[in-house]
Amino acid sequence: MASSHHQPTDGRPAPPRQPDAQPSLGEILRRNGVSRRGFLKFCAATASMMALPPSMAPAIAKTLETARRPSVIWLSFQECTGCTESLTRSFAPTVENLILDTISLDYHHTLQAAAGEAAEQAREAAMQANMGEYLVVVDGSLPGPGANPGYSTIAGVSNYDMLMDTVKGAAAVVAVGTCAAFGGLPKADPNPSGAVAVQDLVKDKPVINVSGCPPVPMVITGVLAQFLTFGKLPELDQYNRPRAFFGQAIHDRCYRRPFYDKGLFAESFDDEGAKKGWCLYRLGCKGPMTYNACATMKWNGGTSWPVEAGAPCLGCSEPDFWDAGGFYKALSVPPGKPGDTLLAAGAAGAAVGLAAGVMGRRKVKAAAKAHRTVTADELEQKL
Amino acid sequence: MTSLGDIPIKVEGGTSATDFGNALPVLSEVRHALARLIETGEPTQIDLGAMPFGPGDEERLMALLGNGEVNATIDALGPTRIRETAFGGVWVVEYLNADEQRVALHLEIDEVPQMLRAQRDDFTDALAAIDARLAPVSSNEPADGQRTD
Repeated sequence: MASSHHQPTDGRPAPPRQPDAQPSLGEILRRNGVSRRGFLKFCAATASMMALPPSMAPAIAKTLETARRPSVIWLSFQECTGCTESLTRSFAPTVENLILDTISLDYHHTLQAAAGEAAEQAREAAMQANMGEYLVVVDGSLPGPGANPGYSTIAGVSNYDMLMDTVKGAAAVVAVGTCAAFGGLPKADPNPSGAVAVQDLVKDKPVINVSGCPPVPMVITGVLAQFLTFGKLPELDQYNRPRAFFGQAIHDRCYRRPFYDKGLFAESFDDEGAKKGWCLYRLGCKGPMTYNACATMKWNGGTSWPVEAGAPCLGCSEPDFWDAGGFYKALSVPPGKPGDTLLAAGAAGAAVGLAAGVMGRRKVKAAAKAHRTVTADELEQKL
Repeated sequence: MTSLGDIPIKVEGGTSATDFGNALPVLSEVRHALARLIETGEPTQIDLGAMPFGPGDEERLMALLGNGEVNATIDALGPTRIRETAFGGVWVVEYLNADEQRVALHLEIDEVPQMLRAQRDDFTDALAAIDARLAPVSSNEPADGQRTD
C-alpha cells in the first residue's frame, strides 16, 4: 500500500507533483473502472463510515468527484503497531482500502519497504512537495522534550525532534490511538520513558485525536475520508475527538442498555444474568464514561464488539484508562485525574512550544518521583 | 468456515422483539418515513449500520419487514442486493464488496431505490457513445439514407 500510489494506473512515469495537475478522486476511481453507480455506492458506504446520514451521499459524491489526493505522512512512535494492524487487517478489499488507495501515503515506516536514510528522504521530499497541505498521522506516544530521547528514536532522530520537524508544514495532525492521543500504555503509571501525548507538544496546528486501543478501523479511515471529502477538520469534543464518532457514550448506544434501566445485571461471567445477556455494569463495564463508536460500527467487519461478546467495556478510548483502577471493578467515580494537564492544556490554548516543553518536563519529573521499583521477591509475595 | 459470520452463536434465554431489542423502534421509524413519503414525496434512507443492534435484532427486523415482489442485483464495485419488503415502497439495500462482505446496509423508503435508477451523468456519456456507434454508419450513407453494403 505504501508504494502503490507511486504507480500510475496507465504505467507511465509519474508526472512531477503539482497540486492542480493531480487527478481528482472521481477521475482516479473512473480510471480504475468504477462506474457512477459504483461511485454512488462508494459514497453511500463512505457516509456510513463517516457516521453521516445516508442522505448525505449525493453531497459527498459531488465533493469527492473533485477532491484531490492529500499527502499523508504517518509517524509511529512508542506504540505496539496495533493501530496499523487495526487499519490494515480490516476485511479487504473495502471502502477503507479505496480511501487508502486514494490518499498519497508518502511515509509509513511500518508499511513501507524503504528504511533508514532512504525512508527519511521520502518523508522530507513529501514535506517539501506538499508544504502546508499534508496530513501528519501519529500513532504512539513519545518521550517528552525533557525525557531521555534514547527511549525511542528512528534513524538516529529522537521522536520529539521528528514530530516537531514534521508538523511544521502540516495542515493538521491526526493522533491515532490512545497512546498518541492521551499517552496510553507508555504513559501509564509509573511512565518510565516520560511519555507524553501529541497534543501535549503540538500547540500551533490542529490536533485531531482518534483514540481507542486500537481505534475502530472505520473511525480512522472515516476521519481521513472526512478530511478528503470536505477539506476541513471535523467538529471536535473536549478531548479533540471527532464528535461524529465520539459524540455518544457506549452506554447510551449499548443494546444491553434496556437491562441497565430495568436493573438486570450480570454479577459474574457465568451466572444466569451473563447467559441472558444482561448489563455488564457490575462486572466493571466502563460504557457509561466511554465515548466511542464500538456499539454501532462494531469490529471485524461489523461482526460483534466486546460487550456483545460478554466482556465489559474497558474504556480504552478515554484518557488514562490504564490507571483507572481495574478493568473489572464496577464504576463508581469517573476515572481520570481531576485537573489533568490534558484539560489544562486545552484551556490554555495559546500556550505554545516552550510552555509545552515545561509541561513535558514537569510530567517527566513527576513520573520519576512516582516511579516505584519492586524486587522479584516482593512480586512473588504479592502473587 | 469461510467467514466470521459462519461461527455458530447460540444466545441463551431467547427473547422476542416485543421484550428486547431495537427491531420495533426501527419499524416505527420506517412507518413515519413512509407516511412522509405519502404526504410530501420525500424519500428516506436509514443506515442500519448506525443502529445499536444486539444479537438477533437484524434478523427480527428482517422477519418483520418480510419479502415483496422485487429482487435486484447491481454489479458495480461488488454486488449490491436490493429487495422490496412486504411493505410497498420500503426497500432493503445491502452493499457488498467484491468478496461479498457487507460494507453497508440501508433501508430506503422511496418509489425506486437510488442505486437502481440510471445515473443522470451517464446520460450524456451514453448519448455520445450511441452517436459514436452511429457515426461511421452515417458517414458511409448515401444521400437517400439507404445503406449500400
